[in-house]
Amino acid sequence: MRHGVARFVMGFLALPVALYLFYVVWPFAQAAGYSLTDWGGYSDRQQFVGLENYVRLFSDELIRKAFWHNVFFLITVPLFTIALALFLAFLLNVGGREDRAGIRGVFGSGLYKVIFFFPQVLSLVVVAVMWQQIYRADGQGLINGVLMKIGLVDPEDPILFMFDPEPFLGVPAVLWWLLLIAVWSGAGFYMVLFSAAMQSIPKDVFEAAILDGAGRFHTFFRITLPLLRDTVSVAWIYLGFIALDMYALVFVMTPSQGGPNHASEIFASVLNFTAFQKGQFGYACAMGVALAIFTILLAAAQLKITRRERIEY
Amino acid sequence: MSTVTHDPGPVGPDLAPPAGTTSARRFGSGGRRPGAQIFNGFSHLFLLVWAIMVVYPLIWVFMSALKSDAEVIRQPLSLIPETLRWENFGRAWTEGQLGDFFLNTVLVLAGSVTLTMLLGSMAAYVLARYDFPGNRLIYYMFLSGLTLPIYLAAVPLFKGVYNTGVLFPPLGPNKHLMLILVYAAWSLAFTVFFMHSFFRTLPNAIAEAGLVDGASHTRLFFSVMLPMAKPGLISIGIFNVLGQWNQWYLPTLLMQSADGGPKNQVIAQGLIELSVNQGYKSDWSGLFAGVTMAMLPVLIVYIVFQRQVQSGLTAGISK
Repeated sequence: MRHGVARFVMGFLALPVALYLFYVVWPFAQAAGYSLTDWGGYSDRQQFVGLENYVRLFSDELIRKAFWHNVFFLITVPLFTIALALFLAFLLNVGGREDRAGIRGVFGSGLYKVIFFFPQVLSLVVVAVMWQQIYRADGQGLINGVLMKIGLVDPEDPILFMFDPEPFLGVPAVLWWLLLIAVWSGAGFYMVLFSAAMQSIPKDVFEAAILDGAGRFHTFFRITLPLLRDTVSVAWIYLGFIALDMYALVFVMTPSQGGPNHASEIFASVLNFTAFQKGQFGYACAMGVALAIFTILLAAAQLKITRRERIEY
Repeated sequence: MSTVTHDPGPVGPDLAPPAGTTSARRFGSGGRRPGAQIFNGFSHLFLLVWAIMVVYPLIWVFMSALKSDAEVIRQPLSLIPETLRWENFGRAWTEGQLGDFFLNTVLVLAGSVTLTMLLGSMAAYVLARYDFPGNRLIYYMFLSGLTLPIYLAAVPLFKGVYNTGVLFPPLGPNKHLMLILVYAAWSLAFTVFFMHSFFRTLPNAIAEAGLVDGASHTRLFFSVMLPMAKPGLISIGIFNVLGQWNQWYLPTLLMQSADGGPKNQVIAQGLIELSVNQGYKSDWSGLFAGVTMAMLPVLIVYIVFQRQVQSGLTAGISK
């Protein structure tokens, strides 16, 4: 009997673990190893250089730039997406008649939810290619075209979007335009998530509040929002990962994948540039390891901060 | 089975809770206040604006796909093409190779999603319900894959695939079978993580009853436990289909031919190339047609199954 269990366990685990070790763990382990060498990637010649690559990271101007851009997305993507998603969920759910207890939708809320969710099912690449056409820096682009037509933008001086490295609030404009796309594509999903969480709050809570004379705004800010805490913090963590992964947008949309003039460079794009354009694989691997450590620390910190006792109902 | 108390999983969020069941009394005079009217008006206005911001670009892309190239340049904004040029779609399908991209994507996904689901739930099941030395270690090994950036593994992964291809060609670069295995491997982390928490909630009593009745462990898994985990399987299945359909980095890295021959590109990868190549071919309507064809299937599937997709994806994150 015992013997049978052991064979069963091994039989079930063998294939998934083997596949995972070969295609995921082994490459990561190798990358960690290469990060200690000066390997160029194309020849077999490599020399052990110790931690030299890591020391170099700290004095690399491009890396420093990319790091701050990552931090920018890390803060703004969750912040704006969640704020907008909460606002939409609020409008969607708090409207309607006030004389009945509970969260209910405004008229047509089902349809709104379906529509707002659209960008979520689209591939990031499709979104990027589409927005590339919307953001074109001439009258052929959707936004410039409309603004030129109503006279808000001078045809000689269009909005540059992806070609605009000028800082706005201390951050290159191109990053703000990329942020807009991220928020556009993410808000609907989190709105649906928040709406579902709102609707799972039991009705008696709202009935009690209404009996106590609370209006819809009070009910929302004093009852609904605090009860959404868990959901919001989970959303924050996921959006944090998405923010680290803005690479698809940078890759498809920005000139020379990180431009103009490195204004939209993020960690991943510097890594790819270093590995495949400059042919410094060892150094690129060191960047990757640094990014991995950063990600893990961040995830741990977020879990620590957002972990609180759950409210059971 | 009425005693089963496992997590019901993704039950669609009820859009409209049954009205008036709990509150027979009317409270106050809420609905009739002018403030409430204004608020409702404002809600609708804002919701409508956002809906337009989401839908308008999609319609614009679709309509531009039906214009001639000259018209795209001359009248980029108009939503009504002078004549409907459906042939743009045909051109994108054949010359733009969208047809090949679709075929490759479907071939790969058919294998990779099946494999991901099978291997993922097998591993998750064993890890969740059997105690053996190394259990935690293997579980955390899968979990760690969730936090590591894929770019870090890019170079060694390519090298590994290249070397495997030398030994055994069907697993080399630019091969469907290779991409199936790579997709499955990279999807395992989240699938195991998700299904693990799902299998944990399944009741012990049924498993024990099955074993007492003489079912083998394997049989118990396939004919009892797996069917009970169906809600979870649907969620993670939708998640994997969308995730792998939209995957672009792995194919861009791995689906390239060594000798400069034709690449077996998948849809997302092909679309990037199509868009980058616009620079010198400037087949604008063809590009718009390509984007339309890439998004229509997912949008249609989503609209048909919107309840399942919404609850499946949101359950995936809140687990």
